[in-house]
Amino acid sequence: MTSLMDHPSRGETIGYSFSQPTAAPVKEHSFYPYTDNGGSTLGITGSDFAILAGDTRSTSGYNINSRMVPKVFKIGGDDETGEGAHILLSVVGFAADGNALKERLDTVVKMYKYQHGKSMSVGACAQRLSTILYQKRFFPYYVHAILAGLDEEGKGALYSYDPVGSYEREQCRAAGAASSLIMPFLDNQVNFKNQYIPGSGEGHALEPKKAEPLPQETVKQLVRDAFTSAVERHIEVGDHLQVMIITKDGVEEVYHPLKKD
Amino acid sequence: MPGFDFSNYNRNAALHARGVPMPKATSTGTTIVGCIYDKGVVIAADTRATSGPIVADKNCEKLHYIAPKIWCAGAGTAADTEFTTALISSNVELHSLSTGRDPRVITCMTMLKQHLFRYQGHIGAYLVVAGVDPTGTSLYTVHAHGSTDKLPYVTMGSGSLAAMSVFESMWQPDLDREGAIALCSEAIKAGIFNDLGSGSNVDVCVIEKDQPTQLLRNYMKPNERGHKERNYRFPRGTTAWLNQKVISKEDMKKYVTVETLSGDPSLAAGEKMEVDT
Repeated sequence: MTSLMDHPSRGETIGYSFSQPTAAPVKEHSFYPYTDNGGSTLGITGSDFAILAGDTRSTSGYNINSRMVPKVFKIGGDDETGEGAHILLSVVGFAADGNALKERLDTVVKMYKYQHGKSMSVGACAQRLSTILYQKRFFPYYVHAILAGLDEEGKGALYSYDPVGSYEREQCRAAGAASSLIMPFLDNQVNFKNQYIPGSGEGHALEPKKAEPLPQETVKQLVRDAFTSAVERHIEVGDHLQVMIITKDGVEEVYHPLKKD
Repeated sequence: MPGFDFSNYNRNAALHARGVPMPKATSTGTTIVGCIYDKGVVIAADTRATSGPIVADKNCEKLHYIAPKIWCAGAGTAADTEFTTALISSNVELHSLSTGRDPRVITCMTMLKQHLFRYQGHIGAYLVVAGVDPTGTSLYTVHAHGSTDKLPYVTMGSGSLAAMSVFESMWQPDLDREGAIALCSEAIKAGIFNDLGSGSNVDVCVIEKDQPTQLLRNYMKPNERGHKERNYRFPRGTTAWLNQKVISKEDMKKYVTVETLSGDPSLAAGEKMEVDT
């Protein structure tokens, strides 16, 4: 791309009315430990379920590392297949950190069960994940994590995190490369933002459409539609869609094909 | 008043020095290829245009007209490929009118490289130039800095490595028309699927002696859009509004000429626009 940025020395030859940084910048060659592996994730809760989904493409620059690298994991399962897990975690951003974080949390949840003889609650796990992330405040896990499960009342629970552990329980959240494309769609279709009840009033009296938990089938459709659209406009999203649904009966995992260009 | 307008250069350099970022140009992070065969030459391109990681255009045209039997595939900065080919096309036509001869591909390639070299790579046009002329069939690549190549099969753009791997494993010296089209479109597909800067459809252009040039727009569509599972039509009255003002046709007539068109959309003026449904 043609730009003036290619010529940092150019600015010095022009007489500006404001002061120019005069010190010659020392070219530093340093190791940068992070890479962005692209991809996107999405989580939505209902009254008795939670859905976590993510595409399975792993990228670096304009290259595809793999078309099948799942981003959603079962946490605290009884074996390596994740059988018996009651918590889901999705990680998007730097894949190596994502894996390390998943392994850490999985170990923590298992150790909890061995030591206390009962499963860790989703709320406790959410707080623990925040602590794990903040412990690396000055060398963070470069990921946007989403945790999902069922709370003590059996309702769908979803927690979303920033890379250093700030977290919040939410109804829905999109993360990763196409989050800026998906999140506004979710605001409108899950929380009914900018939607009003036709004919309910004039001007300011017009009533906003109330958000309420959506049925599982509707949420599944929204998730698939969100991703088929994200694939159209974001180059780092594609290949397959991994969807995990957690209910009182356990975890169901399905894969759907996405466009591969 | 030929050339570029540099009147904003100083202001923009000052702004940039103060930390205002430069505007992002639409780049055609692209796969483009070309291949000669016994009676002519084929060039092909993908149809994705990107701005960073966002797809700016899903079905753009990267095959540019220079002369009836000289065509150009462009990668790099979209505006640069568009304007450079348009400028050279214009000059090539004037040149052939002045000489009274059919334009030659080597002439066109030379004009392109001299234009691009003068701008020291600031015009980000990476081109594949192909055509037939009285001297025969030719195929060239032209880089933004002005270097050129003359080869029997070429690839350019971010998907050039993916496309070249197809050529290097499947190209043979005695290709016919169908074989060359198939090879070129296969090379473009390799770019579409393995390079994130390339995507959507395959455009092909076939140039042959004593035969009209064929632009096969969307020769292949290997990436049809998936269907939506839900209906996103809002009931009337969903959007809030605080006040309304009705401007009647009679009011409009005070300021502008108002003509009523028939409701038939096929009679509507202008080109039909592609829309997602």
